[in-house]
Amino acid sequence: MEAGLSILIGLFFAVAVYLMLSRQLVRMLLGIAILGNAVNMLIFTSGRLTREVPPLIPNDLYVPATTTANPLPQALVLTAIVISFSFFAFLLVLAFRAYQELGTDDVNEMRVAEPEGEAGPPQGY
Amino acid sequence: MAGSSVSVDLSQAMATAPMSAADWLVVAPSILTMVGGSLCLITRKNTQVQPRIGLVFLSLLVVSTVALLAHVLDKGVVTMVMGSWLPPFGIAFTVDALGATLAVIASIVALCAGIYGAATIDTSRRRYGFYPFLLLMMTGVCGAFLTGDVFNLYVWFEVLLISSYGLLVLGNDRSQLDGAVKYGILNLVATNLFLIATGLLYGKFGTLNMADIAIKVREIEMSGTVLSIAVLYLLAFAMKAAAFPVNFWLPSSYHTPRIVVSAVFAGLLTKVGVYALLRVLAMLMPAARVEMADLVALVAIATMLTGVFGALAQSDVRRLFGYLVISGIGSMLAGLAIGSTLALSGTIFYAVHSIIVMTALYMAAGVMGAMGGSFDLRRLGGLYGVSPAFAAVFLVLGLAVAGLPPFSGFWPKLMLVDAALAGGWTWLAVTILASGLLTSIAVGRVWIFAFWRGGPEGTVDGASIAAPKLAAELNSPGIWLPIGILTALVVLFGLLPEWMLEVSARGASGLVDPAGYLRSVFGGAL
Repeated sequence: MEAGLSILIGLFFAVAVYLMLSRQLVRMLLGIAILGNAVNMLIFTSGRLTREVPPLIPNDLYVPATTTANPLPQALVLTAIVISFSFFAFLLVLAFRAYQELGTDDVNEMRVAEPEGEAGPPQGY
Repeated sequence: MAGSSVSVDLSQAMATAPMSAADWLVVAPSILTMVGGSLCLITRKNTQVQPRIGLVFLSLLVVSTVALLAHVLDKGVVTMVMGSWLPPFGIAFTVDALGATLAVIASIVALCAGIYGAATIDTSRRRYGFYPFLLLMMTGVCGAFLTGDVFNLYVWFEVLLISSYGLLVLGNDRSQLDGAVKYGILNLVATNLFLIATGLLYGKFGTLNMADIAIKVREIEMSGTVLSIAVLYLLAFAMKAAAFPVNFWLPSSYHTPRIVVSAVFAGLLTKVGVYALLRVLAMLMPAARVEMADLVALVAIATMLTGVFGALAQSDVRRLFGYLVISGIGSMLAGLAIGSTLALSGTIFYAVHSIIVMTALYMAAGVMGAMGGSFDLRRLGGLYGVSPAFAAVFLVLGLAVAGLPPFSGFWPKLMLVDAALAGGWTWLAVTILASGLLTSIAVGRVWIFAFWRGGPEGTVDGASIAAPKLAAELNSPGIWLPIGILTALVVLFGLLPEWMLEVSARGASGLVDPAGYLRSVFGGAL
């Protein structure tokens, strides 16, 4: 199962990088969303994959008798999902506001903060 | 149910002894700022009360971090685990001299920014939440400095990042939105890289507690996996710190927000990246750091040079200072590349110096803008006539950032050059000195154009135009007090460096030999 998931994660990374190389802001954001999902799956995979075993230890035992799932990656992924979702939401709103104000979603044309063809600093007085 | 269960002996997994009151200092900075930020958020509409709450909590933050530093210097590394679960089960907050020192300086800078903000941030921007964002950003900054768990470090990074987004777009100017898009996307990519590395680290070591990793990494052999993780961390934190090939978000965004926001950003955010680099590469993966030393040295040289050449090419003082932030990051990375105790303490001292001096320079830029009506060197001039005292203060800050004696930038540069020569890194030493020279040319030019010459470009020299009057908004002590405090610190660390030298040496030796750190986390078990 690890091999299959690894290939899927690689695919997700490839798609994310491809989308982030785009000039359109919305595509870049979609790339970031996919990147976030790829990272979450990577954490999940690196924490040992098991099928249909709960992360529980019977009441009268110190250590698990059989295989149990590792609950830590699930907790980590949950945290990461919440954080990356809120960031995605924020950046989506930011991109929309930027589109409204600047009239473009092409990042090459977003030159308000760094205008093109600026004259250099004064050389002498 | 109760009959079948064995009585579980929790003393193996949980701390049973009650915590001493002093241990609560470890989490106090994060808790105080979080509470203060929430209170400011509740009183968001009341723009008179909000700054007062903000300033009270920022003062409490300074008091708590100073107490924490005194405690750490007195007792050694302090650890607190959440929910009493012993490491590596619970999330640990572990504070050593390095983390505590940076937290103290960061909270002083934040208090100065709070005072400056009370004088310069207008009512509508207060209503949009300057103080809540500032306090919550400090939650993230302090948390990052004090935590002892890699995943927790990621969470604090996110806390400071989302608050910094809020600060950056405060005011909704066109250029702010433009800058925020670049800042936001690139920092989010960096955070994702950080998370990838953390996932792989967990897969490799099965733990995320820094002390636990530091033990396990010394037991295994250097392998491709460890090196890949280290490279990913280097890339992620270099992006956060704005080191050379991944620095372009900084000059495109830092000059757009209110000047006080630029000031705290320039002071704090990139240094959190440097701190994370020090912690992860120097302490957790020393073998990988040695392998990558040449790469880090190249990055350091390129960062220093991009920084100073970028600064020389700017006419807007705020963007010029943004490039100076980058060049300072290069000097700090030089210490990481060399890796000796002296070099690392030079990096720590440099980080402290850079936090103070960059914040002060941006605040000074705000005053220059208010006096001269522009941030453009072509339109500034004659400010010496307005306020000779301020011209002197700016000169002090300029000399400090260039690393000239007798101000705070001199000592860390001296340590770094000394360590570079001792370690055989001649080119690194040459670049550090050259970047100091070019920085002094850049700030010297600002001083000559903005302060020394009679008037803006086109004015015949000597035939000075009527000196511009001191703008009314500059009568507020809230502007001069923070600049005064920070300049005093710059002079103090320059003239009396012994205390800072000792503290940074302790921080550095804690990185090179983390025995105290490990003992604090695992108690007598080691």
